[in-house]
Amino acid sequence: MIAAIASSDILLDSVSGSDLLNPFAWLMAILQAFLFVLLSPLLSGWIHKCKAFLQNRRGAPVLQPYRDLRKLFGKEAIVAETTSIIFRIAPYIVFSSTLLAVAVIPLVATMLPTAAIADIIVLIGFLALGRFFLVLAGLDAGTAFGGMGSSRETMISSMAEPAALMAIFILAMTVHTTNLAAAIELSLQNGFVIRPSFLFALIALLMVAVAETGRIPIDNPSTHLELTMIHEAMLLEYSGRHLALMEWSASLKLMLYGVLISNIFFPWGIATELTVPAILMALLAIILKLFVLAMILALSETVLAKMRVFRAPQYLNLAFFLALLGMISHLVLEVHV
Amino acid sequence: MDKAPITDHTNSAATNVVTQNDASDNWIDALKNQIGSGRITEQPDSDKLACIHWKVAANSWEIVAKEAHALNARWAAGWADHQLDHSGEVVIDQFSLFVLFVIRGRYVLVETQLENTQDDSLPEIASHSAFYPGASRCERHTSDMFGICFNKLDKSIDSRRWTRHQAWKEDEYPLRHGFPLEGHPRHRTPADGEYPFERIDGISVYEIPVGPIHAGVIEPGHFRFSAAGEDIIQLEQHLAYVHKGIEKLAVGRDPAALARLAGRVSGDSTVAHGWAACQAMESAAEIEIPERASALRGLLCERERVANHLGDIGAICNDVGFAFAHIQFGRLRELWQRRSQQLFKHRFMMDNVIPGGVVHDISEENATLLNSEISALIEHVSQLANILEDNASLMDRLVTTGYLSEQTARRFGALGYVARASGMDDDVRLHKPYPPYQDNPLNCPLLEQGDVASRLKIRVQEVVASLQFQRKLLRNLPEGPISMAFEAPVNTHGLGILEGWRGEIVTYVRFDHEGKIARFYPRDPSWFNWPCLQQIVKNNIVPDFPVCNKSVNGSYSGVDL
Repeated sequence: MIAAIASSDILLDSVSGSDLLNPFAWLMAILQAFLFVLLSPLLSGWIHKCKAFLQNRRGAPVLQPYRDLRKLFGKEAIVAETTSIIFRIAPYIVFSSTLLAVAVIPLVATMLPTAAIADIIVLIGFLALGRFFLVLAGLDAGTAFGGMGSSRETMISSMAEPAALMAIFILAMTVHTTNLAAAIELSLQNGFVIRPSFLFALIALLMVAVAETGRIPIDNPSTHLELTMIHEAMLLEYSGRHLALMEWSASLKLMLYGVLISNIFFPWGIATELTVPAILMALLAIILKLFVLAMILALSETVLAKMRVFRAPQYLNLAFFLALLGMISHLVLEVHV
Repeated sequence: MDKAPITDHTNSAATNVVTQNDASDNWIDALKNQIGSGRITEQPDSDKLACIHWKVAANSWEIVAKEAHALNARWAAGWADHQLDHSGEVVIDQFSLFVLFVIRGRYVLVETQLENTQDDSLPEIASHSAFYPGASRCERHTSDMFGICFNKLDKSIDSRRWTRHQAWKEDEYPLRHGFPLEGHPRHRTPADGEYPFERIDGISVYEIPVGPIHAGVIEPGHFRFSAAGEDIIQLEQHLAYVHKGIEKLAVGRDPAALARLAGRVSGDSTVAHGWAACQAMESAAEIEIPERASALRGLLCERERVANHLGDIGAICNDVGFAFAHIQFGRLRELWQRRSQQLFKHRFMMDNVIPGGVVHDISEENATLLNSEISALIEHVSQLANILEDNASLMDRLVTTGYLSEQTARRFGALGYVARASGMDDDVRLHKPYPPYQDNPLNCPLLEQGDVASRLKIRVQEVVASLQFQRKLLRNLPEGPISMAFEAPVNTHGLGILEGWRGEIVTYVRFDHEGKIARFYPRDPSWFNWPCLQQIVKNNIVPDFPVCNKSVNGSYSGVDL
């Protein structure tokens, strides 16, 4: 155990020490964030395709989300007269805060200077910032639906965030760092070890991810029923480039959670050195992981109906409780004093 | 919890067919005794209308409703008619008011006359809505269209405008004689923002206005929710945004043109409304259409039922995010409608029912084809229904959601699957069978839970029952012509009562002295099912409204008229 702590300290030093000054690492970080932005609509398209397939439909092409975004960017953005400046700046804030959040997450390589600057708590903070403005924007137009969406979003996120943090703390306690890159490298070093605490954390984080990204059974991203909406209700007044940015942020967030879960719990394949074959290998690995994860999501969305809004707290409480169990099992089973 | 004496009465009646009929027959005698036979003038056209027809004086109007209510009769329809005749020595300028009561297929039509006041004041009559809350909207419609006041002084009676928005002025009454078909349109119809909704005051109670324009492609209707948090305290509907003037458009038409118009009262019930109008005209003309024509009408109407139920089952599931069922049932419905397109030249089978019969015959070959399709569909639907019932996540959403007690269903006169899912076994096909249902008894499912899940299940069962009925019908299609010449009768009226896919449809038709239509009133089941929805959503949460709404699926067009 002491050795592990020692090694993690060394690792941390190496991350924060060398990489911050490494221009290639910075290039890699920027490239990685760019890749995130570029690939996230593809992930949404793939989920749609899987769902269509499971419903015996042909479905829209996988590239459809890109076409939708292009269409929306080409359209005029109509802004309600009753709105304030918040409504207009919210899409940019939401998009950039999500962008900052994804920049912290190791997608293909762990040597991220961004990850050294901002740890996982900051990541949750970035997401919270985006949500804060999303909720404000929902309220801004003064329509009943926007207000309902905002209130529901607040209710759900207030329960999802503690569960997410709790799950992540399990990880942090095991590797003794809240630095994501370091955590991933450490799990790689340790090799494949089944930890009961990780299993709990995985389930909790999956549940939180579903809630946070507005998927079934918490929210239905494809509904047209304004009274049942959560995330979409806040976007009802948006159009044109504003809507495009909001939609893009949503798919970015979906991919963020996908990558977070794949790389924390199944880190194999991620590049620990900045060489071309390693990075190509890592790219292939993450695409494969997301590919599978999306299929699992599509399957669960096909077999599940949306729950009642007031079941959502129970659902998130379960996620929190699982994370708590994970924490306890970590303390009981995995810490040798 | 809702075992009122009403339910005991009907349940015991349901156990024995013989007593049931006796009891139903007796109810009319009992009503007559209660009202006092001195007040009633029996009309000679009871045979023609296929129901008892009484005339009473206007001052007995209230007691009729009171006594019928005491006997637990259902208020099935109410409408008015304006007669203006300058030809005779005495100018006739009067309104007739009609109300139809029923217990288990035994209908009584009560009529009264109201003189039109020659000054600016409006004729007045007692309202039935104190006894029958479901009657309220029909009366408000009559009031808007004819300018007849129902209990003007009684503040407890809802006398707000209903069908009237801003398209015509406060003192104009479109269905009175003399009002032109095109009306007096203003350059631009003012926005209808002043409708006095009922308000609920209190801490943290807020209003959610929804519609008339919705996010989905559906008809316009306004829903005003009063909610505390996510809990619905009250829902009030405001409809009639697409008033088409059906009743006015009908005036002066010939029978064939009326049948076409009736087919457009509500597009998803085009066969049922077309048939009801034809049935009314045929009863007025006192003709019986060929057997094969009735059988084919039955087939069309049942095909319509199946198509709509299939669509609804999928849509209910889709409203709780279960898209699988939506796609699967949507596929079955699409295939079904394509077959309708092929055999009857229209996906919804519009304009297939004409006075005197039907338009398209069905060949021996096609009957066999339909039969094999029906067997396959029964198989498919049963399989899919099993998947739905086995899905815990779906059933968790639907069971107990949107509960309608039998008592409330009876109070508001619920019809069709809404009534039958709440333990009210009203079905015209069963209790007042008309051809082709007379010869082919129908399996009529009944459930008692009254929630969204029941309204889903009853649809599945009705689809299967309807398919079995169609199979029987197709195997024994009578030979003969599919239509007969229809000669319009003069100065008479007729009544059409049948079971459309939403429930009982009542249609009244009056011919003038030239054999043209003088009055056409189609009463869609949605007149009663919409108010039921207001009761259903109470104590549910706002996001559950769409699924409750879809489980009732009232027709906007059918009540906007």
